Amino acid sequence: MQNENLVQISFFNQLMLVHPRKKQNERSEASVQVSEYFVNAEGTGDKVNLSDLLGTVEKTSGASNKTKKQLRNLQSSKETLELPLNKQQTEKIQRGIAYEKTTAEVSCWKNIILQNQKAEQMVFPLNQESSGPKRVEQVVAGWKVQTPLEQEIFRLLHGSRQPVNDPVLTPVEEQSLKAMSLEEAKIRRAELQKARALQSYYEAKAKREKKIKSKKYHKVQNKAKRKDFLKQFDEMVKTNPEGALEELKKMELSRMEERMSLKHQNSGKWAKSKAIMAKYDDSARKAMQEQLQMNKDLTQKMVVPSDDEHESIEEGLETVPDFVNDPETVIDPVNPWMRGQLTHEEPEISCVTAEEVQTAEEENEEEEIIGEFERKRKLRQADEEDLIPTEEERKKIRTILSLFVSTREGSNQTRGGLNTAGEEDEEGLLSEGQIRVRSIEDLEVLDEVVEPRAIEEPSAPQTAAAEATSEPPHKKKREINLKEVLTKEAKAVRLPFLPTVVDEEERDEQISIIKEAFAGDDVISDFIKDKSRQEAAGRPAVVDLTLPGWGEWGGVGLKPPRWKRKRFRIKTAPPPPRQDQKLPDVIISEKRTASVASHQVSQLPFPFQNTAQFESSIRTPIGSTWNTQTVVKNMTKPKVVTKLGAIIEPMVKEDFIKSKTTAAGDLVFLSNYPKKINFIIFFLLQTLSSIFVVSLLGCLLNVPT
Amino acid sequence: MLVFGFWTTKICNTRSTQQNRNVLFCLKKDPFPGEAPIPQKQLQKFQRGKKCKVPAGARERLKEAIAISEAMSEHAQKQAARYDLLLPEDAGFLEGDEDEDTNTISQADIADAVDITSGSKYFNLHLSQFGPYRLDYSRTGRNLLVGGKKGHVACIDWQTKDLKCEMNVMETVNDVKWLHTEAMFAVAQKRWLYIYDSKGVELHCVKKFNDVLRMQFLPYHFLLATASATGFLQYLDVSIGKEVAAICTKMGRLDVMAQNPHNAVIHLGHPNGTVSLWSPNQKESLVKMLCHRGAVRSLAVDKTGTYMVTSGLDRKLKVYDIRAFKPLHSCFLPAGASCLSLSQRGLLSAATGEIVQVYQNVLGSNPVSKPYMAHRLRGQIWGLAYCPFEDVLGIGHGEGFTSMIVPGAGEPNFDALDTNPYRSHKQRQEWEVKALLEKVQPELIGLDPGQLSKVDQASFEQRHKEQIEALGFDPLAKDKFKPKTKKKGRSSAGAIEKRKRKVAHEDQRDEIRQSVQERTEREKELKEKSNEKKLGNKSTLDRFRK
Repeated sequence: MQNENLVQISFFNQLMLVHPRKKQNERSEASVQVSEYFVNAEGTGDKVNLSDLLGTVEKTSGASNKTKKQLRNLQSSKETLELPLNKQQTEKIQRGIAYEKTTAEVSCWKNIILQNQKAEQMVFPLNQESSGPKRVEQVVAGWKVQTPLEQEIFRLLHGSRQPVNDPVLTPVEEQSLKAMSLEEAKIRRAELQKARALQSYYEAKAKREKKIKSKKYHKVQNKAKRKDFLKQFDEMVKTNPEGALEELKKMELSRMEERMSLKHQNSGKWAKSKAIMAKYDDSARKAMQEQLQMNKDLTQKMVVPSDDEHESIEEGLETVPDFVNDPETVIDPVNPWMRGQLTHEEPEISCVTAEEVQTAEEENEEEEIIGEFERKRKLRQADEEDLIPTEEERKKIRTILSLFVSTREGSNQTRGGLNTAGEEDEEGLLSEGQIRVRSIEDLEVLDEVVEPRAIEEPSAPQTAAAEATSEPPHKKKREINLKEVLTKEAKAVRLPFLPTVVDEEERDEQISIIKEAFAGDDVISDFIKDKSRQEAAGRPAVVDLTLPGWGEWGGVGLKPPRWKRKRFRIKTAPPPPRQDQKLPDVIISEKRTASVASHQVSQLPFPFQNTAQFESSIRTPIGSTWNTQTVVKNMTKPKVVTKLGAIIEPMVKEDFIKSKTTAAGDLVFLSNYPKKINFIIFFLLQTLSSIFVVSLLGCLLNVPT
Repeated sequence: MLVFGFWTTKICNTRSTQQNRNVLFCLKKDPFPGEAPIPQKQLQKFQRGKKCKVPAGARERLKEAIAISEAMSEHAQKQAARYDLLLPEDAGFLEGDEDEDTNTISQADIADAVDITSGSKYFNLHLSQFGPYRLDYSRTGRNLLVGGKKGHVACIDWQTKDLKCEMNVMETVNDVKWLHTEAMFAVAQKRWLYIYDSKGVELHCVKKFNDVLRMQFLPYHFLLATASATGFLQYLDVSIGKEVAAICTKMGRLDVMAQNPHNAVIHLGHPNGTVSLWSPNQKESLVKMLCHRGAVRSLAVDKTGTYMVTSGLDRKLKVYDIRAFKPLHSCFLPAGASCLSLSQRGLLSAATGEIVQVYQNVLGSNPVSKPYMAHRLRGQIWGLAYCPFEDVLGIGHGEGFTSMIVPGAGEPNFDALDTNPYRSHKQRQEWEVKALLEKVQPELIGLDPGQLSKVDQASFEQRHKEQIEALGFDPLAKDKFKPKTKKKGRSSAGAIEKRKRKVAHEDQRDEIRQSVQERTEREKELKEKSNEKKLGNKSTLDRFRK
């Protein structure tokens, strides 16, 4: 019965919880007769019997037999329903249920509270972003590219497929990190070799051509090139008008330069000398005219390319791109970061590609480039063969060394010379390990190397002597004190001053002397007395409560009987043994130092069960005198940290409970219902006529009831 | 002869920041993952006490508390061991050729052999007029204070030989001592104790401290301990200028004094051959040891507070373990040692007559054999002191002052935050403020410096007694019963007395009542027991008993 009640009440509670303030809708009774003017129900005032209501169930076919049976039973039973519980009791039950509910609700906080209590440090507000360095992806996630520079960087990063997530290496890097297989390496090496050979042929050819002094040849060459260029230019105008325009601009620039300079205006040294000869020499005249013609050509506003440009182009053609020499080609040319190894070569490349540089300079550059190629090749060889200086080279070095030494011998021995000699010797010493004597000449060379050391050594005492002669004034200064302190006995210092350990006889003698000297004051017995006095003071006194005369005769000279002494003389427990019990010549005070006690912990703190545990827990000092900085910071970090200016909001359940029950979902929908209706009413009121609205309202209001 | 590792100038900061590894851009895999291992030896060096084990069946909270504290101390130990590698300096030493005793090597030879800076550390000051001299080095080892018996007081930056101040106090000077910084020093003059600043200006004349013979300064407590001719041991707190304690030792003239740097206990030597240990908190000596048959002439305690070296009129030199108060070994010096001094590295120097002898490996179980170094001087030696962080021994004698080179005497690694020989003026000021903030109170001085970290296990009664002693009254005592004044003649003297008698001895009566009750209960129990016993040997007829 009570259970039923409980169920009812709980259901009621739920309803109440869902609609805490909802007004009860007006009830409309269903009746057979519907009056237009008033609401009335037939048979009002009559009692409705259960049988009236249940009679219909019997007839309905849908109802199950089981319920029918139950209803029949109910009808037949004469028992009345129990009265509902009184108010106090229901309230009590309600309170109990409410308590259970709230405890269940609150207990879900238990774990988090415990966790927070245990936590070494709490940082408020909670759910803060962690301070310190963030991972790249965290930073990138909420960041937008704004400036063009950023855009470019971003593009590069994405172009190279820079890893944003866990793998630290880009696929490219991984590839490069992977070791090449042997065949691959061989193929690659062959390719490179071929390229290098081609390059060297090219270079040799270019050099050869350059060396040809025939002007005619060059003229022809230039002409051919010019034609070629013009052809190319015409093509370019068609195919690549932008490139052509640039080309044109370059030409314009060269024209301007030509106009600025006095290069082809017959004003140079050569031109002047030719001018003198021009009267008599046709060729000279021709040459001068040629120059002038060239000037004209260059300064003309025409699309005729200048000589300089040809040459530059020629050079561009001649030189093979640099990357041929690289051990590995750059796989991703878009990303400048990936070309780290090339960076030191970049200026040279730019030199090559830069135009309008004077021819002389260009030649130099060319040489440089060639030299570099050679150097690189050598390096490569060194790598391949693991080069160690060959025997010949070593020999050379040695002979040079010996030569150097011999010349040094001839020259006067200055300090600087000595120094260098020392250095040379050192080098000689270092190289000694590699020298292998194979012939007599070698031996001689070796001798030469070794000799200077022998020669040098006699010079060392000389220098020492020189130092000695230079030192005295300085030393004297210090010795003034010395001499005065260590006069004639100074020599005695050489021996141990006095015997530290004495013979037995002497010792006995001395002991006897001492005994005589201190015969008056017996130090030891004094000390023993003092100690016994202290011990006695430390012993607790016996409390004598015997009263003479009670139960016996009293008087002078009478001793209380044994039983009385036994009973009334109270002995306290003996104190713990003295610390100096086993040390006869030491008195240790047994007094407690109360001054420290006031600063000590007198009660064991909570989780500890004995003093040893607690003492060991505080045995490590936390001060910076004993610890490193990090440890001090770690040990003294506050229990609670709050961020300045941040709002600390109370914890929300959602923060830590992930799976929230959605059992009350439909109820939530219900609670939202009236709002919808309100909205519709508002909408309708605005649009439709009032009569129509009223009828619609009726429809709508019927829906929820 | 070989003089080795005479270190000069090394500064190390043991608290540099930890190296951070940027893991993000680490391309290759670390071949040695994790933290670098620490050698067991180094770890042992920084072990503090024993580890506490979690007892079986302990509660969760206890387990956690122990685990946390253990983890913390382990971390601290590891870090300290790791940073130990930042103390790279080794002490120097002196080594003779074959068949050459190091004690035959003269100071001049050493000074020649070592570098110029170190060589300049051997020097003499000829002050024959006002000798003999007592001396004191400042805690950083930078400054030297010398005081002649006849009133000459001077302080010198001894490395640059820069004379800071010099004066004659026109009185007998018994002892000189630097206070916490180089800015102040105390001079024990004929009658009173004076305090001067580094320029020689008299700051204080402390008339409470009279006839002072010896002084010791306790740097972490800011206490100046003085021993006087009248047998008083007094403590002056130099940070607040108050006398902390004055103890009448009742041991006569006190002219032998040393401090234990480990626990700030003062050691006094007495004419009856005893050495007594004192703290400002106790009116009687903490320990009294009988060390010599004659009077104690000199005392020295080593840095770790483990060993004490004494010399007496019986011409013996004794080494004690002062943790156990047991003698380790004694040796007989024919001339007897008038002055003793122990260096930071444990070298013992003893002044025997006009000769200063330096002994090596004295502290420990191996007996004293022959001196490591020796140096002869003119005149009686009056003061001996090692310079901190330098391989130098200062000797004050009748003819002035001698600075002697003793390789291996000084501690090569210093804590720059504690005592920095190279500190600037600003650093000194900062250090002073910090030191004052970290000042240790005199109440904490005792034989065991770790006393504070122990639980006070005294009983409630004992503590209560102490409280009564300290306060002068019993804070827990009940108020006396005071009868209310009543009217209508009911507050007559007789009535009041009657009322008082009703309440009188209430506690006692309660006690008696309780004890009586207990006794009756006990008796009852006994009776029952005896009855049971009686029932034990019951007869066949007992079944009819009702």
